[in-house]
Amino acid sequence: MAEVEGGCELFSAGHRACGGCGPALAARLLLKATGKNTILVASTGCMEVFSTPYPETAWGVPWIHSLFENAAAVASGIEASLKRQGRSEKVVCVCGDGATFDIGVLCISGAFERGHDITYICYDNEAYMNTGIQRSGATPYGASTTTSPAGSCSLGNTLRKKDMPAILAAHGSPYVATASIAYPNDFVQKVERAINTPGPCYIQVHAPCCTGWGFEAGETLAMGKLAIETGLWVNYEMVDGVVEKAKKVKRKPVEEYLSKQKRFRHLFKPRRDDEIAKIQAIADANAERFGIDIKAKESSE
Amino acid sequence: MLEFMEGSHAVAEIVKRCRPQVIAAYPITPQTHIVEDLAQMVANCEIDAEYITVESEFSALSACLGASAAGSRVYSATTSQGLALMFEVCFNAAGMRQPIVMTIANRSLGAPLSIWNDQQDSISLRDSGWLQLYAEDNQETADLHMIAYKVCEDHDILLPAFVCFDGFILTHTYEPVALPSQEEADAYLPAFNPYQRLDAAKPLSMGMYATPEYYMEFRYEIDQAMHRAKQALVKAGREFGEQFGRDYSGLVEGYRLDDADVALVAMGSICGTVKDAIDEMREAGRKVGLLKIRTYRPFPASEIADALKNVSTVAVLDKNISLGNGGAVGTEVKSALYGSGISVYDYIIALGGRDVRKRDIAAVVDLAEKGKGDMFYGLRTEVL
Repeated sequence: MAEVEGGCELFSAGHRACGGCGPALAARLLLKATGKNTILVASTGCMEVFSTPYPETAWGVPWIHSLFENAAAVASGIEASLKRQGRSEKVVCVCGDGATFDIGVLCISGAFERGHDITYICYDNEAYMNTGIQRSGATPYGASTTTSPAGSCSLGNTLRKKDMPAILAAHGSPYVATASIAYPNDFVQKVERAINTPGPCYIQVHAPCCTGWGFEAGETLAMGKLAIETGLWVNYEMVDGVVEKAKKVKRKPVEEYLSKQKRFRHLFKPRRDDEIAKIQAIADANAERFGIDIKAKESSE
Repeated sequence: MLEFMEGSHAVAEIVKRCRPQVIAAYPITPQTHIVEDLAQMVANCEIDAEYITVESEFSALSACLGASAAGSRVYSATTSQGLALMFEVCFNAAGMRQPIVMTIANRSLGAPLSIWNDQQDSISLRDSGWLQLYAEDNQETADLHMIAYKVCEDHDILLPAFVCFDGFILTHTYEPVALPSQEEADAYLPAFNPYQRLDAAKPLSMGMYATPEYYMEFRYEIDQAMHRAKQALVKAGREFGEQFGRDYSGLVEGYRLDDADVALVAMGSICGTVKDAIDEMREAGRKVGLLKIRTYRPFPASEIADALKNVSTVAVLDKNISLGNGGAVGTEVKSALYGSGISVYDYIIALGGRDVRKRDIAAVVDLAEKGKGDMFYGLRTEVL
């Protein structure tokens, strides 16, 4: 973990994130990877609010927030401006899943199509956490949110998580990756690779939210690991649209992950095996698609 | 030297001489020729700029905001629905104090869909914190771009600006226009010197969020800058006059107003028709004049009150409608003349590209003299 532990802190302590905040950890790790020669572009969301209440800021690099949905367009302008001035800073967007999967898709699509040399990082906490845990396109099947609540005739969110990495890979992005704050070295290495790859790169980092998901603040990393170990989240890299590397696991049943979070509590009280089986099928399909299962004689990586 | 050219081309030519470093725009009628001309100039290496072919007007202005924040002079142009799509970014760019200059080829807003001229689009953004300048002809349109950049980038101002000219009536019309040489333009408008910029060597945070303890002071600062912009516009307009012989030191401009009893008040290309109509009415012995408003934001209330202090009747021509309350300019002129005893009547005219003729102007004067006003002028009553 030398890479992660070393270097100065460019994301300061004293920000106002919840204890155990996954996205705050993502921000800290991200800046360890990018270093000082970076301009960050943010969207409206949790991270913007907890890190920059005027007149305070947690950011040790130039940072700009304009609106909820336009980070990729603002970044396009910054990149063009730097190019014209002959400057060398890396332009990195840091946006939540709402800003990425939903409201910001138009701007992201435009920026990726045009091939700007930017790295777009989505911290995925799987709902609109800043406004009170509403469903986004990143919300997984079966999760209860305040706009997709479980109720007497509802089992929560019945829509599948949008496949943003595939959408951006389809734009011709040279490098698309998923990562998790539970595997910090892997995330840092992927960010380093992305910022050093010319063209628009995308990293979607799984960043569990203890408040939104309903688990204890000390369990953030454990929750991130369980998502990977169940196959509900897959860490992989796509180079020029081809999956090159996916983290292999000896899979655990999804129930281990689901049962530890309040957002899935309605699947257990009363117990809905049919619904848990549907979520298990999603994990199984992930395992099949990315080939992540460690076979009997295969050793752990 | 005067050259005969299309209004849109005159805008592109003057923008070239303003040396934007980043251009981001999305085509929309009747703005299209401007951005096409600029794209060709970039393609010919006549402009040393990045031209970003964005996927929407929303992204056009967002990209301009980013480029400006990173320290480049930027340019965009739009109209109507495109400006409406930029609404959120307009407020944001002003709040973030980015000196963006954007041409508005004024066009009506749907529904019903109309590509023709009125000034509803930019008027609807009157409270966004952008300076709003309105041009009467293509020469004035071109000149106001240089003035706009100069004022916007002034470190005491730092606000964005719309340079508005009427869609089709000016954009697609050929007129003789005098353009400065590049050297003359450079002498008037120095290179962009950002007050602050995104720079890894000197990190700062832009566009943070503000709690109720701080938000109001930001709005106050923008309002103060808008008020200071009046003097900055006067100064920049005077300097322009000294260098180029065309003086823009007035936020408003009178035409045959000195001895007038009735004053028309208007903005944009309609002022040309009004001047011709006034000449005819003067020949018939009627004491009519025009007050042209060039600077709608900041609103020149005291200048208007001063210019109109000797007239008895004012007829405002509004190419917009604040539905349920009359025209925007008329409302503000009434406010500026409050307590003066002058009769002020407002006329909603020429919406959606309806033609205005000299006889319409004379008819409005007749109505005002009879004390009939605050109405839509020229409605087709048979279809109502």
